Amino acid sequence: MKLIVTVMPKNGVLDPQGKAIEHALGTLGFEAVGEVRTGKVIELELAETDPARARAQAEEMARKLLANTVIESFRVELA
Amino acid sequence: MNAVILLFPGTNRERDMAIALRKATGRKPAILFHQETSLPAGTDLVVLPGGFSHGDYLRCGAMAARSPVMAAVRDFAARGGHVLGVCNGFQILTEAGLLPGALLRNASLRFLSMDCNLRVETTDSPFTARWRKGETFRAPMAHGDGNYFCDDGTLARLQAEDRVAFRYADAQGEATAEANRNGARDNIAGILSENRRILGMMPHPEDLVDPLMGGTDGLPLFESIAGALATA
Repeated sequence: MKLIVTVMPKNGVLDPQGKAIEHALGTLGFEAVGEVRTGKVIELELAETDPARARAQAEEMARKLLANTVIESFRVELA
Repeated sequence: MNAVILLFPGTNRERDMAIALRKATGRKPAILFHQETSLPAGTDLVVLPGGFSHGDYLRCGAMAARSPVMAAVRDFAARGGHVLGVCNGFQILTEAGLLPGALLRNASLRFLSMDCNLRVETTDSPFTARWRKGETFRAPMAHGDGNYFCDDGTLARLQAEDRVAFRYADAQGEATAEANRNGARDNIAGILSENRRILGMMPHPEDLVDPLMGGTDGLPLFESIAGALATA
């Protein structure tokens, strides 16, 4: 079963990469762009076939390693 | 004092650290590989040196913080052991939960390789006892992710408990925004654990411990800890 974990910086945590992309988009003429935030997408292939259990496993992985919850939030989705 | 330096794949400052420790203690520190599951008997100080452990994959220090040797370091710290983390070592200690907060990408997005001035914010620790409070000293820094971040509650606690060890300051000892090159919260360059026995800092005191290196500004840190643990 495939799951997708999306990790994003929490609101209030500086995201200089997002800011740099925002400025570069402005330079390219995309002037109507608001705030840009960058994060990570992690795909997991799990042996588990039960969606609820697979999601619980992925959430535990995110809490223990994939995200640093001091600065990041995460979202788990079934692919 | 028996010091142990941890070596992760991608660690590259262990030799500088060994020189500094040897200079302060007269004893050669042990080097321990990341896959070990226990510390040598009689270990007084564990040191996590700088580098790019595991290629900085996922987040700086994230992989190293979950390596086998860190379980032993966690037990050692829980028993009141002394731990020093410099640069990547500081990042590993925050990722391991042994120090609060996190190190973000430098606000400028630039890798910073230059000298900085550090102001000693507390002498009430085994790592800073040989300085005077408010004294400044020079330390080289070399990092891309040294922007210290913590939430408001953590910052208030660090301040109230006198756990900020060093702040980035200018030559006059003022903690200005200009001196805060990486954008760290409250100019924080180094912090102590609750029991004051764990220190994490971004700049490299081990790189200025001999006149041949261009100065001895960093030596008081190693003399402090050697003095504190000499009778231990």
